[in-house]
Amino acid sequence: MTHLVILPVLLPLVAGSLLLLATGLGNGARRAIALVATFALLPVALLLLERVADGAHLVYALGDWAPPFGIVLVVDRLAVAMLLLTAVVAAASLVYACSGDDVRGPQYHALFQFQLLGINGAFLTGDLFNLFVFFEVLLIASYALLLHGLGAQRVGAAMHVVVLNLIGSALFLFAVGTLYGVTGTLNLADLARVMPLLDPDLAPLARSGALLLLGVFALKAALLPLGFWLPRAYAAATGATAALFAVLTKVGVYAILRVYPLVFGPAAGEVADVAAAWVLPAALITLAFGALGVLAARTLRASAGWLVVYSVGTLLVAVGLFSEAGYAAAVYYTAHSTLASAALFLLADLIARQRATGGDRLDVVDAMPHATVLGVLFFVAAVTVAGLPPFSGFVGKLMVLEAARVAPGAVTSWSVLLLAALVVIVAVARAGSALFWRTGPATTAAPPLDRRSVGAVAGLLACVVGLVAWGGAATEYAWSTARQLADPAGYVTAVLGTDPHAWEQRRGQR
Amino acid sequence: MEALVAIAIGVLTGAGVFLLLRARTFPVLLGLTLLSYGVNLFLFVSGRLVVASSPLTDQGLEVYPDPIPQALVLTAIVIGFGMTALLVVLALRAIRDTGGDHVDGGER
Repeated sequence: MTHLVILPVLLPLVAGSLLLLATGLGNGARRAIALVATFALLPVALLLLERVADGAHLVYALGDWAPPFGIVLVVDRLAVAMLLLTAVVAAASLVYACSGDDVRGPQYHALFQFQLLGINGAFLTGDLFNLFVFFEVLLIASYALLLHGLGAQRVGAAMHVVVLNLIGSALFLFAVGTLYGVTGTLNLADLARVMPLLDPDLAPLARSGALLLLGVFALKAALLPLGFWLPRAYAAATGATAALFAVLTKVGVYAILRVYPLVFGPAAGEVADVAAAWVLPAALITLAFGALGVLAARTLRASAGWLVVYSVGTLLVAVGLFSEAGYAAAVYYTAHSTLASAALFLLADLIARQRATGGDRLDVVDAMPHATVLGVLFFVAAVTVAGLPPFSGFVGKLMVLEAARVAPGAVTSWSVLLLAALVVIVAVARAGSALFWRTGPATTAAPPLDRRSVGAVAGLLACVVGLVAWGGAATEYAWSTARQLADPAGYVTAVLGTDPHAWEQRRGQR
Repeated sequence: MEALVAIAIGVLTGAGVFLLLRARTFPVLLGLTLLSYGVNLFLFVSGRLVVASSPLTDQGLEVYPDPIPQALVLTAIVIGFGMTALLVVLALRAIRDTGGDHVDGGER
């Protein structure tokens, strides 16, 4: 058992607590602690990546209580990919925040660390109730980050987010209670083992619990019709926070990808493939709506928010196929879309800061200052999110299309995917030309570009380019992750061992 | 006993949902509180109701209540309490900033 597994949770916990308690620290010291703790997540994630490269599952039993009795953290290829992605986005977002956003309200850095604690915990946990707990940790930190640097608009948006997510939490608990009542366990591996043996009389209850859970994850992932809160909230948050929130929606997608193939997969007997009928149609609607939202957006931030909805739609089309090719496409597209949306949120904030008038509105005002640097960054980001070659958006979209081609209903999903992509290309092109081309008279003295902020955006975009430059390795990793997801037996054996004795004993007690 | 508990959960949840749909911050807050009461009760009985036994376990007892839902419900209560506190502060702040108690902000 290696303690490396728990580091992505411990590091932010310690750093966050330290920042919270050390009230006497100056700004510089706070930034230093936060930066060290956040950047340290990168080597941790890379070390974990090396450990799971051969397809192993690392299981960490907290307090050495054997599963299914104790709590476990499980690391597999999918979890590591998400940890690495979070570390990269968090590092860029924190560097950006350190250029001034962090001092607009108290305790920004502590909240940032707790947010990371919740996100990393949700990726690592191997049981349903801890997934709930880590969801709550990341949500409460996200409420506070959303409110950072208060304004009336932000309070209004935060109100929606908080109330909706509290309802979501209540539904989550109903689902957890139902599944526990039916199966007597909440450990994901144990659930996967119990499901095929379920009493047929209890199957309808298990099915309703599973679908309730899907509703909760859909709310977190902003799947329509449960996703209308997202664009407003993300547009209201500060740039660095919104960039970090790009990971937040992916936590919902991750939860679907983790729970449904494993627990309610094809081998689950009475409750097999319970989500299959719902995810794909909802994803296609989300995709279409997201694309229209991008077209209708009047600021760059709102358009970045709708692009998140659009990318969640595309992502869940891939997930909703519940096939190996679909999972592979989902893993690759998650990496691409998270990096691209984070970069776009930072860029929107940077542009709003540079323009003396107009902010990030897509209007013709003064000419854009520093048009070359900002223009190049915007061009790369726009080409990527629109899914045009040569960047990762194109590869991701291709993988999704290829996975959808061999699935039933290919005509519908292809039409929606391609039409929505066209709408997004038009919308992004319009945004770019409004911001950079059809500009009025040259502006007077614009503030100089902050090097670190530009560096943060450029770093994220370099990762997007890296996803293509090392495309072979990235897609190979996505495919091996997909194979691991499609074969839940490996996960179950890794957590519970091959001896079902402990589990039988427990069943006997109930 | 089962019917009584089921009805209690139903009434709490129903009242909670009704209040949530009022779209004013105070009723919404009360609604969420009632909803979380309903949830907690539901979670508590998800390990089945056990009558006339010890609260946890005792030597020689054949039938005793499942301890896990009790642990779960304790966690859920703590988290729910914290979230409600946050929402109260946010609601007060919203009234000050937007001048109304509608959840969309302002007076409608």
